[in-house]
Amino acid sequence: MSVDKDTVKKIARLARIAVPEDQTETLAGELNGILNWIAELEQVDTEGVPPLASVTGHPLPLRADQVTDGEQPESVLANAPEQASSFFVVPKVVE
Amino acid sequence: MSDKANLVAGRSGPFEVVIGMEVHAQVVSEAKLFSGASAKFGGGPNAHVSLVDAAMPGMLPVINEACVRQAVRTGLGLNAQINLVSVFDRKNYFYADLPQGYQISQFQQPIVGEGSIRIDLADGSSHEIGIERLHLEQDAGKSLHDQHPTKSYIDLNRSGVALMEIVSRPDLRSAEQAAAYIKKLRSILRYIGSCDGNMEEGSLRADVNVSVRRPGAPLGTRTETKNLNSVRFITQAIEYEVQRQIEIIEDGGEIIQETRLFDTQTGMTRAMRSKEDAHDYRYFPDPDLLPLVLEQALVDELAGQLPELPDQIRARMTEEYGLSSYDAAVLTEERETALYYEQASSGQDRKLVANWMTSELFGALNKAGLDLSASPVGPEQLGRLVALVSDGTISGRIAKDVFAEMFESGGEPEQIIEEKGLKQVSDSGAIEALIDQVLADNQDKVDDYRGGKDKLFGFFVGQVMKASGGQANPGMVNQMLKAKLDA
Repeated sequence: MSVDKDTVKKIARLARIAVPEDQTETLAGELNGILNWIAELEQVDTEGVPPLASVTGHPLPLRADQVTDGEQPESVLANAPEQASSFFVVPKVVE
Repeated sequence: MSDKANLVAGRSGPFEVVIGMEVHAQVVSEAKLFSGASAKFGGGPNAHVSLVDAAMPGMLPVINEACVRQAVRTGLGLNAQINLVSVFDRKNYFYADLPQGYQISQFQQPIVGEGSIRIDLADGSSHEIGIERLHLEQDAGKSLHDQHPTKSYIDLNRSGVALMEIVSRPDLRSAEQAAAYIKKLRSILRYIGSCDGNMEEGSLRADVNVSVRRPGAPLGTRTETKNLNSVRFITQAIEYEVQRQIEIIEDGGEIIQETRLFDTQTGMTRAMRSKEDAHDYRYFPDPDLLPLVLEQALVDELAGQLPELPDQIRARMTEEYGLSSYDAAVLTEERETALYYEQASSGQDRKLVANWMTSELFGALNKAGLDLSASPVGPEQLGRLVALVSDGTISGRIAKDVFAEMFESGGEPEQIIEEKGLKQVSDSGAIEALIDQVLADNQDKVDDYRGGKDKLFGFFVGQVMKASGGQANPGMVNQMLKAKLDA
C-alpha cells in the first residue's frame, strides 16, 4: 500500500484538517514510512484466525435501562464557543 | 420475478420498478443506547444529554441491556437469524449535530441477520419480502436552521438514542407494496413493543431505494430518498422517483446514483448538494466497545416471551373463525383492535362481530374522530348486542338503531331495547293479526297479486313491517305472508 499526494489531500479533507499544499509531499512520505513499518505484520500467517477484538477476554459490560444521567444543560454547554437558549450555536449548516 | 401487474408504462414500453427500504425504528427504552440520559421525546434543549452523548473527551459508552433485548425480540418477530456475536463499528462523518464525529453503528456483523415479512395487498395477493439485516445504532442530534440568519442551533436530546435500522432486500415492486411493507413492519414492531411506531414524532422513518429497469433486464442504477416519515410521503416519493427515472432513461439520459431529499410541500424529490466523498464512512470496529456476545439461552427466553404476532392471529381468524383475509388484516393491524375483537367475539358469531366492527363501529369512530381505545361502546357491550341479533331478540336493522344509541349514550343494549320497546315480535299470533289487517286494507292489491302481479309481494312485506314499527321478525313475516297470499 502506498500513499500519494492526492490520498493525503483526501484524508485531510475527510478529517477536516487543513494541510498546506507544500506539505503534502512530506506527509505522504511519512505516512508511507509508517504503513511500511506496520506492513511487517503481513509476514505472519493469519489464515483461518478470527479477528481479535480484545486481549482481556472480558465480555461487553451491559448497563441497566435506567435514567441516571442528563438534566444538566449548563455542564453540557459549558465549553461551547457560542450558545443561546440552551442550544449550541454553530455556523449555518443546511442541506 | 417480473410481475405484469406491477409494470409501469413508459412512452417506449413497460418498466419494472425495484424498491428496497431502510427503516430506522427508535427503540422503546428508558435510557439511551450508550448512556444513562433519558430517551424520552421532547424536553428542553440539551436537557436529555449526558457528557457521553455530547462526546466530551474521555467519556466511554456502556451499552443498554434493554436495547439489546429489544433488537433480539424484533429479530425474532421478523423470523430472522439472531447473531450471537455482533460488533459495533464507527461510521465516520462530520456534521454539526454529530458531536463524536462518528456514529456508533454495526457494519459487518449486525446483531440480526436475514429474515422476512409477509405483506398482503388489497387484491388478495401475498408477498414474502426479504429482510437483509437489523442492526443497532445511535441517533444523531437535531439541527434547527430557522432560528438565526447565519447560524444553526443544535439540540443533542436525540443524540445517542437507540435506533434499529431494518434493511429490506430489493424485493418490493410498487409503491403499494412499499406502503404495505412499512405498515406491516410498524404493526409487528408495535405488537412486540420494541418501537412505538409514531411516524410524526420520527420514531419510524424510511429511506427508500428506487430503480427502474426493462422487464428481465439487470438492475438499474438506484437513488436513495431519505427520511420519509409517513406512508403517504413514501408512496409519493416512490411514484415521483419512478416517473423521473423513466423520463430520464427515455430521453437517452443516465440515472446518477445519489441521495435525494423529498419535499413534502411539492411532492418532488431533489438531489442533495453533498460532495461525492460524503459516503466515505471509513468504518472500523469501535475500540471503546468489545464484541456483543449473547447466550443462546437468552435468545430462547426472549422467544418464549414473545407475544402472539399479527400473522399468527390472522391465521387463526381465517382458519378457525372463517373470516375473510381482508377482514382479518383490518382486525390485526393494531394489537388493540385484535384484542377488542377477541373479547367482543368470544362465544359469539365470529363473522357477525367482525362485520359489526369493520362497518358500524369503525364507521362511527371515524365519524366521531375517536380511537378504538376511546370507544363509548366496549367489546363486551358490542358482543352482547350481536348476541341479541343472533338469538332473534332484535332484527339487524333495529340493532343499528340500538348501536347508534349505545354509541351516543354509552348505554347497555338490553336496557335500550327494553326502554324503547324495540324487541322483535316473533309471536306468530301478533304477526298474523298485522298481516290480516294489511290484507284487509289493501284488498285491490291482493286481487292484483293473485292475478299475477308477483312484484307486489315486497309491498305487502313493507306494509306489515311498517305496521309493526319495524319490530316484526322479517323471516316470519315473509313466510306467513306467502302462505296467506298463495292460499
